[in-house]
Amino acid sequence: MFEPHISIEKLNVYYGEHHALKNITLDISEKMIVAIIGPSGCGKTTLLRSLNRMIDLVDGVRVSGKVLVDRVNIYENSVDITSIRKKIGLIAQTPNLLPMSIYDNIAYGPRIHGTKNRKELDQIVEKYLRASDLWNEVQGRLKEPASKLSTGQQQRLCLARALAVEPEVLLCDEPTSALDPISARRIEGQLLALKKYYTIIFVTHILRQAKRLSDYVVFLYLGELIEHGPAEDVLADPRELRTQAYVKGEIS
Amino acid sequence: MITRRLKDFLASKLMLLATIFSGLVVFIVVLVLFQKSMPLLTTQPLTELLFSSLWYPWKGEFGFYAFIMGTLWVTILAMTLAVPPSLLMSLYLAEYAPIKIRGIIKPMVDLLAGIPSVVYGLWGVIFLVPLVRDYVAPIAGVTTTGYTVLSGGIVLAVMVFPTIISISDEVIGASPQEARQASIALGATKWQTVKYVVMRSTLPGIIAAIILGFGRAFGETMAVLMVVGNVAKVPSSIFDPAYPLTALIANNYGEMMSIPLYDSGLMLAALFLLLTVLLFNIVAGIMLAGIRRRYILG
Amino acid sequence: MDKRKLEERFFKVLMIVSTLIVLGSLMAVLVVVVFKGAAAISLSMLTQTPRGGYYLGREGGILNAIVGSLYLAGGATILAYLISLPTALYLNEYALKSKLASFTRQSLDVLWSVPSIIYGSFGFTVMIYLGMRASLLGGIAALTLLELPIMIRAMDEVIRMIPHKLKEASYSLGATKLETTLDVTIRQALPGILTAILLAFGRAIGDAASVLFTAGYTDNIPASLFDPAASLPLAVFFQLGTPFPEVQQRAYASGVMLLVIVLSISIVSRVQTKRLMKYVIR
Repeated sequence: MFEPHISIEKLNVYYGEHHALKNITLDISEKMIVAIIGPSGCGKTTLLRSLNRMIDLVDGVRVSGKVLVDRVNIYENSVDITSIRKKIGLIAQTPNLLPMSIYDNIAYGPRIHGTKNRKELDQIVEKYLRASDLWNEVQGRLKEPASKLSTGQQQRLCLARALAVEPEVLLCDEPTSALDPISARRIEGQLLALKKYYTIIFVTHILRQAKRLSDYVVFLYLGELIEHGPAEDVLADPRELRTQAYVKGEIS
Repeated sequence: MITRRLKDFLASKLMLLATIFSGLVVFIVVLVLFQKSMPLLTTQPLTELLFSSLWYPWKGEFGFYAFIMGTLWVTILAMTLAVPPSLLMSLYLAEYAPIKIRGIIKPMVDLLAGIPSVVYGLWGVIFLVPLVRDYVAPIAGVTTTGYTVLSGGIVLAVMVFPTIISISDEVIGASPQEARQASIALGATKWQTVKYVVMRSTLPGIIAAIILGFGRAFGETMAVLMVVGNVAKVPSSIFDPAYPLTALIANNYGEMMSIPLYDSGLMLAALFLLLTVLLFNIVAGIMLAGIRRRYILG
Repeated sequence: MDKRKLEERFFKVLMIVSTLIVLGSLMAVLVVVVFKGAAAISLSMLTQTPRGGYYLGREGGILNAIVGSLYLAGGATILAYLISLPTALYLNEYALKSKLASFTRQSLDVLWSVPSIIYGSFGFTVMIYLGMRASLLGGIAALTLLELPIMIRAMDEVIRMIPHKLKEASYSLGATKLETTLDVTIRQALPGILTAILLAFGRAIGDAASVLFTAGYTDNIPASLFDPAASLPLAVFFQLGTPFPEVQQRAYASGVMLLVIVLSISIVSRVQTKRLMKYVIR
């Protein structure tokens, strides 16, 4: 049995009095695509963001339990948060550009982690723009403000930016919900291609997207982990009643 | 019998009058000052007025240079002292301070803004002047009465803190959260995020805050007048006294009428002051309006 | 990587030091003025006018300045109110989005930043032209100009926040614009209007440069609008520099009185504004 890449043990998250995630225990293997599904408000985003400690930024949040990445608990006090976030990247629902040029957006990550050499940065920028299928469209105008790109291009830029710090895990929070269908398909294509190198965990409310992309599915309902397993099993023939109801479209 | 509609009509006309008056006040003030300065402006070349340091009004010599320099020395010193702590404090309040602490500190800063100018002057005379005279100057190896550019600069700096801090706080708060989140998600430290992402987008606003602070310091009268010595010579060090334009006007209004053209001279100083401060404020206002529009409309 | 942590810690320390510097200065000002002033305050200080010689008499108190300031700021506030409220109402009810409205608002924005010595100079010039001497009336006029932009801006902001639905209700019942304005708008905005008045009053009572030329100074309480009037800020200014300790005491007392008045007004108006804000979450 392979060691899971990420191992979540009895994770509980509270926003003040509200118990958002209840006793989540889950193992995630490496280099596969995992979809987190469930009705709105069930805690999908909370779970996702607790994997790279971005929920730390929320006022009044309390976390108990463990999240082990490569056997190290990221919630340990002695752990260096910035290196966790380097290892586990996040792509948000709507593209959140840095107020800089296209080039600088991508170079920002490597720069803050110590890469200063101009040549190295040039190579990194090109490599990851290619990896997110954006290079051809922007190679002539890298110095232009990133805000000039279309939404679809911006989201691919965010993908390139996240890849540029060379993470092991990619977290995607509804990565295509702000995009038109064509751009959405392109991002999906990229994620499928990237599966070879990264463990990808994404949140979606589009069941068909989960079917298209994921190898493994996790179903959350009201903060609880109801069911998880290989995609074909959970989506086509779920065991739990609530999963069935969701998959059939009865609850949303 | 006055009908309701007539009352309505009359009332709206009266309100219109009040509004027009309010809108015209600033122009009337500028016009009157301009008119009063005309006699002097027409008899002496502007370059001489601005660049000569010969101030002998009873002989008809009106060189404002010493006063302009006095104002510049004190104002620039004040800004140099005020800007770094103000900016750092704004960053702290906006990015690092826990909400409870911010809730206590921010109102205190606003309170600082409301203290009248003479009270600052009083403080300056009781506390700062002896401090400069007995402690700071000896350390620098200088003897002085304490009524110096330094005292004026420190008082002005304290008076300008709230202006810079409150505007900076507003613009820093207005900068978009998503960019901050993006930076943190990439593994940047908080300070790196502030340095590279927040500062970049707030820079114009902070410049506007500094310009506004400059204007405030430039036009300040009482506090600086009480501690700066009022000697009409161009200062050569911060331990020299100075004579800012505002102090010139305040100190001499009594003699205005007894010497020919003196009143013109003082009104010219007032006009110059007014136009400079207005310029600063209009420029800063335009910058801030642009920023506010951008962030409120998304 | 350690370099980053070091940099972060370094700047965090700088930031806290800066905060302490700024707050420390505030404390220093309050402590020094209150300390010196409290020692000088007594019942007789507050209830007597100076006597024992013109201008720098060694006995008596600061009643002239207290009453003078109240008259000056009070008169100016009333005058400013009479102009400001109609203006603020007009801008919001009648001229909304017109060229006049944006011109007036911008003009007032500019006026807002005018240093108060300009009002003094302007007032003085006009007074000379009219043959007036330094008097209560002159001081009130100059202070009115000072208060105008402050009061109008504050009132404008409050009136602007009144939801349209309230006014619609009134109009749909057939009320005229005036009636709606008086009965609905003003009533709704009343707390905010009172706060605006307080704010402007507080600013005016503390100002010295406007009244320096225009109100004059005297040991007595003005008996008519044409008498000169003392004021707390000028009481500090003129009496601080004398060699007589009794006179200096009056300066300190004036200083702390002024500080207490202004800070109280500031705190009260802030509390009021906070209470108002509770109702404006839509």
